[in-house]
Amino acid sequence: MKAIIGVVTFPGSLDDRDAVRAVARAGATPVRLWHGDSDLHGVTAVILPGGFSYGDYLRCGAIARFAPVMETIADAARGGLPVLGICNGFQILCEAHLLPGALTRNEHLHFRNRDQSLRIGSTASAWTKVFVPGQEIVIPVKNGEGRFVADPHTLDELEAEDRVVARYVGGNPNGSQLDIAAIRNEAGNVVGIMPHPEHAVDELTGPSLDGLGFFASVLRHLSGDALAGVASGLASPGGGSEPSAESESASRAPVESMASSRGSA
Amino acid sequence: MARVVVEVMLKPEILDPQGQAVANALPRLGVTGVRSVRIGKRIEIEFSGEPDLEQARQVADKLLANPVIEDFSLRVEETTEATS
Repeated sequence: MKAIIGVVTFPGSLDDRDAVRAVARAGATPVRLWHGDSDLHGVTAVILPGGFSYGDYLRCGAIARFAPVMETIADAARGGLPVLGICNGFQILCEAHLLPGALTRNEHLHFRNRDQSLRIGSTASAWTKVFVPGQEIVIPVKNGEGRFVADPHTLDELEAEDRVVARYVGGNPNGSQLDIAAIRNEAGNVVGIMPHPEHAVDELTGPSLDGLGFFASVLRHLSGDALAGVASGLASPGGGSEPSAESESASRAPVESMASSRGSA
Repeated sequence: MARVVVEVMLKPEILDPQGQAVANALPRLGVTGVRSVRIGKRIEIEFSGEPDLEQARQVADKLLANPVIEDFSLRVEETTEATS
């Protein structure tokens, strides 16, 4: 199964282009989705990118949550569609109640923009399969309202169910509870992350290539599902650390032309 | 004509760094003895006819406030048309 990954553009999205680029770098086919179009155009995973959707008026993500595309994504996510919310996308996922808790104003009120060390927690998510638990990575963080908060019961639950996907190490940039940088839902298909993996996919512009792991993970997740469903006799995918869908890139051309005909909407 | 006024406040247990920043600025004004400042939002909804409190409550619960971190209250406020 070819991995076709949708990247949603809301009014005020900033990092949608970088997310599209990261998807292509990882060997999948990016498709741009438009906030006002409820059709997911056959994508097999979705990324909600960073930025300031709808100006972040009222609360970050509060208005984006009601965008037509979000209604479809919320339904699909409940059905198992892999969804990654980055920064503003994380805020939207919380507002949409696809993830628990909320992202609030940074403790110190400053916007933080720096390369940030993270420790990977749960690798039982669609977006962290190629990492090993405890692995440290460095990707950029840039937010003004990135402090994760939840009630004590929810925090206990996240810990007990191994749903913290990444934590800040070497200094918490925003006062996030339990140093939480990323969490997943129970099923593991929905992940919200405050720092930006899509900005760490290129040696020229990023602090590392560590961000690629998130996109490679969903490729492995998708190809694993396809194999399990279609041909259980085949060898299991992704034995090594290489993105397992890399080998499928030969069949990319037709889908890509469809994707580019949608343009940037 | 009547409007519904919705007030949204962060829950007491949620840190309010904006309120803290304001509280920390008060001594510069010579104001002392303030224990804490918390900042919220006031939203005015004007209905074209009679105010629909139930509908306003839904709007507040679904959109204006995030029940995970915020509480809200609402009330109807009679408005007197400004006539000069």
